[in-house]
Amino acid sequence: MAKLVEIRKQILKKNDDLAQSLRQRFATSKTLVVNLVSSPGTGKTEFLKQTMTLLKDELKIAAIVGDLETENDAVRLRQSGAPAHQIETHNMCHLESHQIGQAIEEAADKFDADALDILFIENVGNLVCTASFDLGEDIQVVMVSTTEGEDKPLKYPTIFHRSDICVITKMDLAEALGYDRDQMLKSVESVKPNMQTFEVSAKTGQGMDTWIDFLKQRVAEKSGS
Amino acid sequence: MHELSIAMEIVESLTGELMETPGQVDVVRLRVGAFSGVIPEALVFAWEIACDGSRFAGSQLEIADVPVVARCESCNADRTIESIQLLQCPVCNSPTPDIVAGKELEIMSVELTENGQAG
Repeated sequence: MAKLVEIRKQILKKNDDLAQSLRQRFATSKTLVVNLVSSPGTGKTEFLKQTMTLLKDELKIAAIVGDLETENDAVRLRQSGAPAHQIETHNMCHLESHQIGQAIEEAADKFDADALDILFIENVGNLVCTASFDLGEDIQVVMVSTTEGEDKPLKYPTIFHRSDICVITKMDLAEALGYDRDQMLKSVESVKPNMQTFEVSAKTGQGMDTWIDFLKQRVAEKSGS
Repeated sequence: MHELSIAMEIVESLTGELMETPGQVDVVRLRVGAFSGVIPEALVFAWEIACDGSRFAGSQLEIADVPVVARCESCNADRTIESIQLLQCPVCNSPTPDIVAGKELEIMSVELTENGQAG
């Protein structure tokens, strides 16, 4: 005899619950958590390294970085002078909230997560799989470079829509590439109307001051000052 | 291909939920939103692999697609968005940044055949 059993349960409940407990923990410690997502090659690591270099004397910051293999990105991020911890996902295409909780414990010799003003998470380079997993962040930043095509947001609408702000990198290459700025901004606006967008070059420093001011403002808001 | 992790999560979750419910699992029903980040076809493909060796082996995964619904402030109404590449009201063309549905990723129900009886 056939029997119907009602379940009504979120599939990612376990991930979402853990993300929520991280969010509560960082609400108490007043740590701003920023999750960076993009395709491989957009320049997340270089952008984050410059961001950390510019912030490290003023704020307590650290980074957790996810890659399939190697510790290369954590090594590069540490060149900023701020601590960084590597998660090697071994073929997993995205980070999940339990890995963030675990990484925070493992990184205890490098930094005290609860004492930070900002914890950056550099996600695995992937614009598809990273979209479904809440990591307990305050701000999800989706990044795209001028080299990737102005229609990238239209090709990956879910991650662009589900992110809070957009950073367009490699602005120093815009002219040489014949980059169509209006078209890129139109694509972003189409998938996420009113999205706040930053245009930067980590190489020349273009636009970095506006981005740094934005982060400082958000830290001040979170710490309630 | 995170659909395999999602499929495995469903198997694990349902194994717990159905601990006290004996029988052969025939159908697992889900709701998947257009903004869930999950591709239904890929999830169906991953389902067979995730079920292998579990009590869900041989079961069918049925997915109900949930369209994106956004709030249109100009019309003061909720509107179904025709394309997730263009978040605007299909009636007045105003931008609609606030969505009210479309992120769903839920297990709705399971259909079983109780042991010893034909279904």
